[in-house]
Amino acid sequence: MTQNDVIIRLENVSKAFGDKQVLDNISLDIKKGEFVTLLGPSGCGKTTTLRLISGFTTPDSGTVYMDGKDISGIPPYKRPLNTVFQRYALFPHLDVYDNIAFGLKLAKVPEKEIEQRVRKVLKMVSMTDYEDRDVESLSGGQQQRVAIARALVNQPKVLLLDEPLSALDHKMRQDMQIELKEMHQKLGITFIYVTHDQEEALTLSDTIVVMNEGRIQQIGTPADIYNEPVNSFVADFIGESNILNGTMIEDRKVNFIGHDFECVDEGFGTNNPVDVVIRPEDIYIMNNTTSAQFTGKVTSCIFKGVHYEMLVDTDSGYELMIQDYNAFEPGSEVGMIIKPMDIQVMRKERLCNTVEGVMTDESHVKFMDGEFECGAKAGLEAGDEVTVQFGFDAVELWDHQEEGQIAGEVYSILYKGDHYHLTILTESRGFLYVDTQDIWDKGDLVGVTVKASEIKICRRNDN
Amino acid sequence: MTIKRSSWSIPYLIFLLIFVVLPLVLIAIYAFQDGEGGFTFANIARFFTDADSLSTFALSLEVAIENTAICLLLGYPAAYILASKDLNRSAVTVILFILPMWINALMRTLATAELFNVFGVTLGKGTLLFGMAYDYLPFMIYPIYNTLNKMDKSYSEAAEDLGATPGQVFRKVTLPLSMPGVTSGIMMVFMPTVSTFAISEFLTNNKIKLFGTIIQENINSSMWNYGAALALIMLVIIGITTLFNDEDEAGKAEGGLI
Repeated sequence: MTQNDVIIRLENVSKAFGDKQVLDNISLDIKKGEFVTLLGPSGCGKTTTLRLISGFTTPDSGTVYMDGKDISGIPPYKRPLNTVFQRYALFPHLDVYDNIAFGLKLAKVPEKEIEQRVRKVLKMVSMTDYEDRDVESLSGGQQQRVAIARALVNQPKVLLLDEPLSALDHKMRQDMQIELKEMHQKLGITFIYVTHDQEEALTLSDTIVVMNEGRIQQIGTPADIYNEPVNSFVADFIGESNILNGTMIEDRKVNFIGHDFECVDEGFGTNNPVDVVIRPEDIYIMNNTTSAQFTGKVTSCIFKGVHYEMLVDTDSGYELMIQDYNAFEPGSEVGMIIKPMDIQVMRKERLCNTVEGVMTDESHVKFMDGEFECGAKAGLEAGDEVTVQFGFDAVELWDHQEEGQIAGEVYSILYKGDHYHLTILTESRGFLYVDTQDIWDKGDLVGVTVKASEIKICRRNDN
Repeated sequence: MTIKRSSWSIPYLIFLLIFVVLPLVLIAIYAFQDGEGGFTFANIARFFTDADSLSTFALSLEVAIENTAICLLLGYPAAYILASKDLNRSAVTVILFILPMWINALMRTLATAELFNVFGVTLGKGTLLFGMAYDYLPFMIYPIYNTLNKMDKSYSEAAEDLGATPGQVFRKVTLPLSMPGVTSGIMMVFMPTVSTFAISEFLTNNKIKLFGTIIQENINSSMWNYGAALALIMLVIIGITTLFNDEDEAGKAEGGLI
């Protein structure tokens, strides 16, 4: 890829609103003519990224380039790009024609040309003969088309779309997806699309940028992202998946759910902990248990239209989700096979919690605004700055925030087959990671304690 | 026994009948009666032939228009600043602007008159307009502030996105979209100023007589029929200006964009 292909470049961009870090050192290249989707859960920073490009937000640090030029200081009205807003933002005091002509009139385009271009763009969005209509008399889908027309009529180099289909019903959304894709192919301009809908992202995009917690998790084609997620967040966010703890025994051999499997991954070392992702449609399920790699018992079976979705308890005590065209009755014994190709091995993002703290006396340490007992540690005294480490299962959660040394809320939940892996956002805005058997809901307020015996401490300057 | 939902409105209906419809009917009846209770157009005719009444009415309209214009010129920028998240982050300033509404207008006017007295300002049209603007400014600010505050920020962003400079955003989007607030602000200031009499009494020492003043004088001196006729005329004329104003504003909202 040459430098000339890049139309938008974000370089080490960070942005905070108050004490909340919304974007954390993001770098991203967007090629000319590409359909790029920024995908992630709400609050992941995708809309902020879009607003940095459109100019409604300025970065705290880092640079936004367009066509190789720094545009950080250029106000939105001077940028050669247009936005389709989430709620359309059509001017209610103007009719369809005047809404679309708004930008052209500002640019002092001759009246004749305005009329031609408005008619042409209305034809493109299949809204001919709607010129004189009041925008508030239009349906959601029609307003959407007008909003797209209003942006496209200015012939922008880049079209920004901020969750444009989120207000439409399912069927209409699918139709509009196809039309957007066709428009993109016909116009050949760059589309930057923001959505939290993974299906939409997979359908539309040339490139998907998966974001979470203000960072880019993975950039790739829809197939790359689906088939080879780089971490458990991406795997969980895109499509359905079984995410499991595993151990890479050696190259091409991985152990999970208590069995050894052949796989195609190399370079993870030997006996290293890894995350394993198996898509529910990639597990072969059958009545024959003798030739299977492992066996289990079906606990539920739901018809999903094209396929059945089953939950199976394996012989080693893990729960797997399996999709198959055939139904297997709950209670029946089944055998299962997973092909090497279908096992996706990922490096673990972290093996334990690591936080920075300060000793308050020789057996207590303070971190994340809470004081924890940690057993007597020789050679450490009050005021020493230390790095604190503890395992995911050393953290205990309580129903009432007062019961813990620190308070927090459940930020995200990942089911790992036999336990839940939770991310806790503490009141000091740090993250803790917890393995638990208990069922919590996203947003639950919890008190956090850490088992004293499991806390490992070392002086920060030790190495 | 269940009560039909529509019957919940009965108390309000009774209230309306007694306190709105009945007085209006009484005004109309009195306006078309002579002293002995016979039907007559004399009261109405008297107004249109009396040069004094007509000039007082013209002056009232003039003062009301001037006051409305002053309130609009002062009130719109104030409302804009209050509603802007960049210029004003505190709800307290909004309350400070609205605070005068919590105090009785008569008391405020008396206090203003006393202040003029202390500083030795000669009472006249200037003091009258000052007092009116002071009394009615919050009624202009509040509806405009409300419309601006509720306006979806994405409209101005969309305009800016389409190439409008901040000045153009205001002229082509913010101002036309805030017209409903401006209209109701004008109504809330214009209509009561036409009929006001207390302010002119206290702030001009009755040197300037407004339409409200002569209605009050007639009623006070028991000339009920002429007073009622004047009140009716004022109601009709304000009613007509309301309609006129409404259409005018609607026209402006659309016309301002070309």
